[in-house]
Amino acid sequence: MAERTVEIHIKRRSGPSAEPRWEEFSLPWKPGMNVISAMMDIAANPVTRDGKTTTPIAYDSNCLEEICGSCAMLINGKARMACSALVDKLEQPIKIEPLSKFPVVRDLSVDRGVLFENLKKVKAWVPVDGTYDLGSGPRQTPTKQEQTYPLSRCISCTICMEVCPQFNESTGFVGAAAISQVALFNDHPTGAALKEERLHALMGDGGIHECGYAQNCVHSCPKEIPLTRSISRVSGDVMKQAIKDLFTT
Amino acid sequence: MAGAKIIVVGGGLAGLAAVIKIAEAGGSVDLFSIVPVKRSHSVCAQGGINAAKNLKGEGDTTAQHFDDTIYGGDFLANQPPVRDMCDAAPGIIDLLDRMGVPFNRTPEGLLDFRRFGGTLYHRTAFAGATTGQQLLYALDEQVRRYEAEGRVTKYEHWEFLSAVLDGNRVCRGICAMNLRTMEVRTFACDALIVATGGIGAIFGKSTNSVVCTGSAQSALYQQGAYYANGEFIQVHPTSIPGEDKLRLMSESARGEGGRVWVPKQKGDKRDWKSIPESERWYFLEEWYPKYGNLVPRDVATRAIHKVVYEHDLGVDGQPMVYLDLTHIDRATLNRKLEGILEIYEKFVGDDPRDVPMKIFPGMHYTMGGLWVDFKQATSIPGIFAAGECEYSYHGANRLGANSLVSCIYGGFVAGPEAMKYAKGQQKSAAASSNGHFDAEKKRQEEINARLMKSDGSENPFRLWRELGELMTRNCTVIRYNKNLKDTDAKIVDLLGRFQKINLSDKSAWANTSFVFARQLYNMLQLARVIAQGAERRNESRGAHYKPDFPERDDANFLKTTKAYFAADADEPRFEWEPVDTSLIKPRPRRYDAAK
Repeated sequence: MAERTVEIHIKRRSGPSAEPRWEEFSLPWKPGMNVISAMMDIAANPVTRDGKTTTPIAYDSNCLEEICGSCAMLINGKARMACSALVDKLEQPIKIEPLSKFPVVRDLSVDRGVLFENLKKVKAWVPVDGTYDLGSGPRQTPTKQEQTYPLSRCISCTICMEVCPQFNESTGFVGAAAISQVALFNDHPTGAALKEERLHALMGDGGIHECGYAQNCVHSCPKEIPLTRSISRVSGDVMKQAIKDLFTT
Repeated sequence: MAGAKIIVVGGGLAGLAAVIKIAEAGGSVDLFSIVPVKRSHSVCAQGGINAAKNLKGEGDTTAQHFDDTIYGGDFLANQPPVRDMCDAAPGIIDLLDRMGVPFNRTPEGLLDFRRFGGTLYHRTAFAGATTGQQLLYALDEQVRRYEAEGRVTKYEHWEFLSAVLDGNRVCRGICAMNLRTMEVRTFACDALIVATGGIGAIFGKSTNSVVCTGSAQSALYQQGAYYANGEFIQVHPTSIPGEDKLRLMSESARGEGGRVWVPKQKGDKRDWKSIPESERWYFLEEWYPKYGNLVPRDVATRAIHKVVYEHDLGVDGQPMVYLDLTHIDRATLNRKLEGILEIYEKFVGDDPRDVPMKIFPGMHYTMGGLWVDFKQATSIPGIFAAGECEYSYHGANRLGANSLVSCIYGGFVAGPEAMKYAKGQQKSAAASSNGHFDAEKKRQEEINARLMKSDGSENPFRLWRELGELMTRNCTVIRYNKNLKDTDAKIVDLLGRFQKINLSDKSAWANTSFVFARQLYNMLQLARVIAQGAERRNESRGAHYKPDFPERDDANFLKTTKAYFAADADEPRFEWEPVDTSLIKPRPRRYDAAK
């Protein structure tokens, strides 16, 4: 009996300006394989299906538990985390490409620095006075904690931005992840101190009004964060703030 | 001297904690990290963070936390810093609470606490089952705030290669490599803090993240820093075996009532559901009636090992035991453990709310690390260390939920201490001779050039797999001197084969094989410290267990192992240092009865 194999096609690029090319691999199947372990197998034996020696694949990864947010890529056309993409559940040949909305660094590795810049713009933090001892934080009901916690689980994978039709160079849309962080911090008793600044950051070019309610974000989020709920809440607040601004300036 | 410049390497909890303290005190920080700091390994910590807040009316105290930590670590930790950490822990929780960490709450709105291994108190604050993620984000957000104010400059996608030392072997800066352009550059600083985390990759598959190679610690060890207690490796009792890594199943699963069992009958082929209660062996509960499933990790790991390999009772004849949560109602499980149950569901495909999980011990944590004094200073002047990469808080075994607190506390000490040191320097680093910077850069570039030119036949990833299998087999749960000696000889052999490496990728852009090969060399050097340190310690203490020397031997080994690198011989040398036991007198450690 022929050895069971896994067929994988990977879209590669040697650098940001290089032409993409596809490489095909045929790997020995192992129980419990995921896309990352397949990539590790290629690194240990970098040979294509037709026997040509090649280089190990460049890709972003770290925790392999779907919590660091590193390994987002397009797998069979779908934006998802490679670590939780189990080979046995994927149609073969498995086609792997880098995320399409971010600059490619090399192969499957992309530069997603824009999200971290956006988090800076919307001041996604609680402005504590200092790290010295000031006693405990504000009390909070368990119900409130249960509302907040899901928003705080965003892993910055940028999948919500990748799948968003409005996230592109012409709109400069800030994307669902950053908006949802605004919802999180505006809702925090201390974080609310910066609420107006955050709302202002979401007005104007690339702001929250660019959202077209396609809802792709909420359907693709690997952490099932209620992103559209965040967007509508913040959207309402931005409108209110805009009206308030009219009367105070 | 105004405006001290500190370099922090590593952006996990310890590194970020240090950065915040420095920025708050008016210093400026260059923060180096292989990955964007928000993706650091600290996100993987699940169960919680310990602090004796005593919010459950149990009479818990920081003194009790201190005693549990020292006892759990089998008396190998120097006691004063551990006491200070336990005293500081409640304040750290308050601070995190103020920073917006969504800790679970009691009905009254106070912080909720769960039980963890090695204690009889509810002492562990938690945010669902993703506590590490939540804590890291809180610190990441504060650092981003300082970054926006211009106090912190991040160098993400840079890898630390070495420290720049002057003629007096004092640290003046670092040499680092850009992981995209592959550029090698030196950076000056008045003090350096290393917070580079764990060393899991030395064991091939572990619960650690990909970046946890220990490469930075090893580089510093090879530059003259002492590495302490390297032989103490924590094997977590409950991990989920996988092709790419071992995924952690948090101790909180047992903290919330999870029970470990195997069928009593060898080769029992029945489905778990049809095995009646009377035919299940809850061996931890039987052997350790007081602590039950919540014995410390080393104890649980050896028990599982014994049941599988000596009693031959692994589930389905495989090296696996059941970790069972099915008796707990779904709503409670979802509220308290959802994050970790999701991991099992996603990566194994079964729902642990319906089916017992199948787990086995996996390499998880290093208690050993860079030697530091009570102020987090390493043995190289100007270099401080904090977090898992240093050795000082956990003795011979770390208690669950103590790692997060030791990271943050260590960073909170290292930051201000580095500032103090920097301010006491005669002249700033920038003013000191450039010669040392140029020399170090040249040395690193030569290493790179040699590696690029090497055209042997060895694949670095395959060498790494061999190292991992070797270390996992001989340097984890059970250790024999003969095997340890053999392991060291094989590592020397691997180091020889490393010289005949062949990088199939010779490009000078984002070359991950090249970067990995450099890490691998450092892993090999550090692996020798672990194997030889284990061989030299002829006793059993905490995570270090030798069947040929089954008892703890305080007369000979109540000592810190200190390894240093003999460059001329290219191998580790060892010294011993007495342990400061001035606060709690060592006593036998046992968990089959109350302490």
